[in-house]
Amino acid sequence: MIDLKGYGPALLDGAIVTIELAFLSLALSLALGLIGASAKLSNSRIAVGIATTYTTLIRGVPDLVMMLLFYYGGQVLVNKLSDAIYNAYGYDFFFQFDPFISGVVTIGLIFGAYMTETFRGAFLSVENGQIEAARAYGFSRMHTFRRIILPQMLRHALPGLGNNWQVLLKTTALVSIIGLTDMVRVAEEAAKAERMPFHFFIPVAFVYLSLTACSELFIRWLNKRANVGVVQES
Amino acid sequence: MPEFLNELLSGNEIFIGSTIMEYWGGLVTTVQLVFLSLVLGLLLALPLAIMRTSRNPLINAPVWLYTYVFRGTPLLIQLYIIYYGIAQIEGIQQTFWWDIFREAFYPALLAFTLNTAAYTTEIIRGAIVATPNGEIEAAKAYGMNWALRMRRIILPSAARRAVQAYSNEVIFMLHASAIASVVTLVDLTGAARNIYSRFYAPFDAFIFVALIYMALTFILVFAFRKLEQHLLRHQQPVSS
Repeated sequence: MIDLKGYGPALLDGAIVTIELAFLSLALSLALGLIGASAKLSNSRIAVGIATTYTTLIRGVPDLVMMLLFYYGGQVLVNKLSDAIYNAYGYDFFFQFDPFISGVVTIGLIFGAYMTETFRGAFLSVENGQIEAARAYGFSRMHTFRRIILPQMLRHALPGLGNNWQVLLKTTALVSIIGLTDMVRVAEEAAKAERMPFHFFIPVAFVYLSLTACSELFIRWLNKRANVGVVQES
Repeated sequence: MPEFLNELLSGNEIFIGSTIMEYWGGLVTTVQLVFLSLVLGLLLALPLAIMRTSRNPLINAPVWLYTYVFRGTPLLIQLYIIYYGIAQIEGIQQTFWWDIFREAFYPALLAFTLNTAAYTTEIIRGAIVATPNGEIEAAKAYGMNWALRMRRIILPSAARRAVQAYSNEVIFMLHASAIASVVTLVDLTGAARNIYSRFYAPFDAFIFVALIYMALTFILVFAFRKLEQHLLRHQQPVSS
């Protein structure tokens, strides 16, 4: 094993922070993606407009700029809010907008937009006849969604979902810029202090590489399972 | 500055002439960085993609490893390794390379080029592999040798299939270039961060820069849509 100069435990903690961040943002982005896709496919013009604005805005702006805006801007907003609350009710309320929350919110919002597109395509791939048949059997809307649409769309959503997850995982590295002590941050501090950049960054790169490699295998397995009932070409 | 601009800007303390110039400088840096890395990355990716389609594992495997590593790790880490790492290479400070890599621009350019080249290699490879067999067989039947086939048949045909995915990569690169600001480079995001810390005005500083990025993105999307239409003209239905 390589000698990590006593930074080993800190790096391990950082890796756990990275993984937590990735999973929480994934959960948020999946929820936003489902809502966004439903909104885009709904009959309400307002819902379609909001969802389209959301995805267009997100895809036009770099993730780092978005993150800086939420992190610094979020704190300013919270400060203003707490001032207002203090002035109005005399209640002292303070909330530190920490990098972890802004990271989860930003990454969740960004990938929510990508998930929206993925889910939209997947929803459209479920045949209308299936939905009509379910409705004819008296299924409620929720029931149709849960029993008919979701199982059938998942197969189509998985490849896009897997791609988004891989990109999301790599995007988590950006949160070190706004000061979260994740793996990258620890490595950067260690590399500066010990003047050994290769020594610390290469193991971190290797952790990311193994995370993406494991995800790739897992997604391939999921894909295979989801397509079990479908006749495969070639 | 023109009179109307002075009037327009007089209502606020942030968007005065000097900050606008700072954003302009950042825009120039961002555009230079993204444009150069894309051009160099594409030049690098083309031979690599051809090597990647080779059946010989000695040619194919190193390229596979390169794309796998660069696509499997965050760009930020690659940038850190190159930026901090180059100064640590022994003896580099005595060579002329040090004059080049001492500035943050060139390590960032190197990192971005290597990163985009890895993604582009896989995009082009995918397009080459998807070439219909009939096209290749026809070229062979005409007696074209490998190089001619590549130049006249496979690559032009692959370019049409690759352009959609490549436009995504270009936009991804534009957005990824924002991290150049962490290695002291004053690109668009760097300018916004400076202005934020000078005025403590996160919304003004970052929303303004977000709008610039968005404008750049839409220009790119539009340009690529035109290019795609041009390349796929022969597939469009005949209009009256």
